[in-house]
Amino acid sequence: MPAPGTPILSVRDLTVRFGGIVALDGVSFDVSEGQIVGLIGPNGAGKTTLFNCLSRLYTPQRGDISFRDRSLLALPAHRIAELGIGRTFQNLALFPTLTVLQNVMVGVHARTRSDFLSNALRLPWVRREEEETRERARELLAFLDLEVLAAHPAAGLPFGTLKRVELARALASRPALLLVDEPAGGLNHEEVGALAALLRVIRERRGVTILLVEHHMGLVMQISDTVVVLDFGRKIAEGPPARVQRDPEVIRAYLGVDEPAGARR
Amino acid sequence: MTARAGALGLAAALAVALALPFVVSNFRLFQFTQVGVYAIALLGLNVLTGYNGQISLGHGAFYALGAYTTAILIDHWNVPYPLTIIAAGVLCLVAGFLFGIPALRLEGLYLALATFALALAIPQILKYFEHWTGGSQGIVLSKPAPPWGMKASPDQWLYYFTLAVLVILFVLARNLLAGRTGRAIVAIRDNPIAAQAMGVNTALYKSLTFGVSAAYTGVAGALSAIVIAFVAPDAFNVFLSITFLTGVVIGGLASISGAIFGALFIQFVPNWAQDISKAAPWAIYGVFLIGFMYVMPFGIAGALRRVAARAARRGTAARA
Ligand SMILES: Nc1ncnc2c1ncn2[C@@H]1O[C@H](COP(=O)(O)OP(=O)(O)O)[C@@H](O)[C@H]1O
Ligand SMILES: [Mg+2]
Repeated sequence: MPAPGTPILSVRDLTVRFGGIVALDGVSFDVSEGQIVGLIGPNGAGKTTLFNCLSRLYTPQRGDISFRDRSLLALPAHRIAELGIGRTFQNLALFPTLTVLQNVMVGVHARTRSDFLSNALRLPWVRREEEETRERARELLAFLDLEVLAAHPAAGLPFGTLKRVELARALASRPALLLVDEPAGGLNHEEVGALAALLRVIRERRGVTILLVEHHMGLVMQISDTVVVLDFGRKIAEGPPARVQRDPEVIRAYLGVDEPAGARR
Repeated sequence: MTARAGALGLAAALAVALALPFVVSNFRLFQFTQVGVYAIALLGLNVLTGYNGQISLGHGAFYALGAYTTAILIDHWNVPYPLTIIAAGVLCLVAGFLFGIPALRLEGLYLALATFALALAIPQILKYFEHWTGGSQGIVLSKPAPPWGMKASPDQWLYYFTLAVLVILFVLARNLLAGRTGRAIVAIRDNPIAAQAMGVNTALYKSLTFGVSAAYTGVAGALSAIVIAFVAPDAFNVFLSITFLTGVVIGGLASISGAIFGALFIQFVPNWAQDISKAAPWAIYGVFLIGFMYVMPFGIAGALRRVAARAARRGTAARA
């Protein structure tokens, strides 16, 4: 593993337009190996759009993204997971008819090789691969306290639970960089505390660098090493949480003039 | 518990299938061979539509392609019929894969329409290449005799032959759908964007699934040519494609056993309708269709699954 501090991800001058809307406007920042970076900004600031660029679902009009010194823009979306970038979705993007276990097993897809023919013939190495996939998925279900739901279809589970299933699925590909889009959505105070601990464990024990989009200021400020602030597609601040929290531009643009940073939700 | 019920059901079905030639007439047996042939076609279509979410109203075209491949190879070159089935499967695999590439740009009803165009065109295309296809007259074949000096009628032999092909293809499909590939196929149907983000090459998977689906249906077409010993273009009209889709839905979308139930339905229910009313058999068939969908919204396989699950729950409750 490269030394902590070297950038694992570099976003340079990223610009995305949807018709007349400029969703991202020349955004640049780095994410260092081993860090938790918070990405914040009011609704519509362009955070999810940035994630979608990183997973190659959107193609920016300008700028570049490099991951471990390799440009992502040359790759199609389905090659991103195998490079080591995993993600969750703000509004959930699970496979509703698959069970919780199967959802997480799909997450292992990027790390497995068997194809149509070898699967149809169920060759011995395919059986082994399948066994390892199941093992890995089960381990993640245990890690995220989802074991009892293994055989339950993803459809019909509570939002907070599904968010954890997404996290398990994202971790299944053994990402070096994890993108999490509003993981605290719909959680109560206690659950947010548990989530903070969980993200820390993911970083510390699994060595995963995390880029975290979140509205819950308490959570972001508590666990981020660095915070990047977007407003109307533009980066307006970047730095350690304590400094960003005091930044007058951030207070004005994001939090409302008289409100102290910690007060929002 | 339901897994054990499934295994029991499977064993029972196989036993019945093996015993059938000893208990039914040659004509009935021929009908059951046709059920086997349809089941293979429906399984192919179900892989595409039920599991992968790509609607095809044109699988009759692949069935025709398979049937004519076999008929032409036998008629013009005397190729042994088992080989012609493999050739039909490979040809339809390639044709389906190639059709699957432009189909990537089409979703839902638009794909349904594009495949429908295929079904519309095929009878006329077959008539056009008269030198090969025999035009409207079609091609007459002879039923193969049982090999190895077996004491069986051609119909009995073809029944077992079809059953063997069916079992092999069903096992392969089950394997394909149970593992990494199958999960990806369903993931694409459930959420294509998320599937991509998990590393699934959705374009490749969709085209390959189209190819596999067409190959199954093509093999079924090839078998039908051998079993009926005759091909003619008008047998492969639009109605056939729609019948296949009907069978898939009635049998149960995204269910392997559903292909068998669907095949039984499309083979026998039109006959029953005919028996009930000579004047308006399709009206009766329509009533059957609506009735089935009302009573079994998830197809016959779905209804059986539910019954088995309920029985299992009651079993555990009784023991507790
Ligand atoms: N696919 C899209 N088509 C059109 N506009 C979009 C699309 N995705 C995002 N936008 C627009 O881009 C802006 C940024 O949205 P988003 O990235 O979702 O913000 P955030 O996640 O920070 O709340 C919004 O104005 C949104 O309406
Ligand atoms: Mg968002």
